[in-house]
Amino acid sequence: MERSTLNLWVGIFVLLGFFSFLMLAFKVGNLNLSSSNETYIVTAHFDNIGQLKERAPIRSAGVLVGRVKAIQFDSKQYNAEVKLAIDSQFKFPVDTSASILTSGILGEQYVSLDAGGDDKYLKNGDQIKLVQGAVVLEKLIGQFLYNKAQDTSSTKGAAK
Amino acid sequence: MTNIVSGIRIVGDRTLKIVERIGAIASFLFSILIHSAASFKRFSLTIREVYFAGVQSLIIILVSGLFVGMVLGLQGHETLQRYGSEDSVGVLVALSLVRELGPVVSALLFASRAGSAITAEIGLMKATEQLSAMEMMAVNPISRVVAPRFWGGVISLPLLALLFSAMGIIGGYLIAVVLIGVDSGSFWSQMQSAVDFEHDIVNGIIKSLVFGVAISAIATFEGYEAPPTAEGVSGATTRTVVSSSLAVLALDLVLTAFMLKGWN
Repeated sequence: MERSTLNLWVGIFVLLGFFSFLMLAFKVGNLNLSSSNETYIVTAHFDNIGQLKERAPIRSAGVLVGRVKAIQFDSKQYNAEVKLAIDSQFKFPVDTSASILTSGILGEQYVSLDAGGDDKYLKNGDQIKLVQGAVVLEKLIGQFLYNKAQDTSSTKGAAK
Repeated sequence: MTNIVSGIRIVGDRTLKIVERIGAIASFLFSILIHSAASFKRFSLTIREVYFAGVQSLIIILVSGLFVGMVLGLQGHETLQRYGSEDSVGVLVALSLVRELGPVVSALLFASRAGSAITAEIGLMKATEQLSAMEMMAVNPISRVVAPRFWGGVISLPLLALLFSAMGIIGGYLIAVVLIGVDSGSFWSQMQSAVDFEHDIVNGIIKSLVFGVAISAIATFEGYEAPPTAEGVSGATTRTVVSSSLAVLALDLVLTAFMLKGWN
């Protein structure tokens, strides 16, 4: 085969491969060059993180604003220290509250940020003070049954 | 008693032969790497092999990718429908293709389409004493014949795997969105939020690079070491397909375990 046709075919092949890489990266994957990957890290201490995992989304008003960077057990305070990497283009007041919620009934857990009203903004390394951990279903059911039992026994006592 | 002993002896003999073969392939790979300079200095040699290994495998890879993606779309929709989450069919198709099926199936196809051809070619060159003729002219057959074929395979396979995944996703789209009527917006957006560039796409490319090295090393080795007879070459070709397919599947298990659990 002639050299130039061979080069042409290989060139077409490589370009096709490159285009499919671009398609996979941008159309299928979540590679996004426009949003700079610069983030700032804030920490939050939760009593219980439930099934929260690293790289779980951080949402505010339902919009993705960052991802969970790391989860560690704080052996001094006996709770979970969660490092939140928030995209630098989103600024939150220092009295922002963080809570762990679940998307849908069986969905993944994510961190929700609700902005406060302070005029100072969170910086890299700050801590979010207002937190609400994950709701543990077993505890909730246990509490419900306990309350129910208490109710029935107290109404019985009143009837006597 | 003697039967048992000789049975154990056979097991030991086989094991040693396998280990010996792996060692021989590893040292052959090492000597390819040492003699690779020429295949980059005279890059046209490698381009020629990219043509034979990659471009000529294009049709089979594209068609099988399309069909695999279509089947995934059908089966995925069928199963996800039971849980009322047929919108996630895009996630299923994309993740299974990018993480597993793209690299693995294209590697298996590549082993049987291009690997066997490389073995047969080198084996026949050896049988017709072309390799010895080169040595007589002080041309190192490894740097002139083997290394370009090796690098041709290593360059081709990741590109083929990418094309396979892309075609598969198009196939899944055709079945799920165009034929069945899953919402196009949620097909793509759920896919985008689930597929991570680094964890899924880059890891898939790393897999196919490793497979490319393994297949090309085995194919060139089998050809180079083939007994110089018609029978020997045909046996070597079969061995290339069998052992490189097994190597791909075994390596895939190891790589997947590391990629899912992290490297440390």
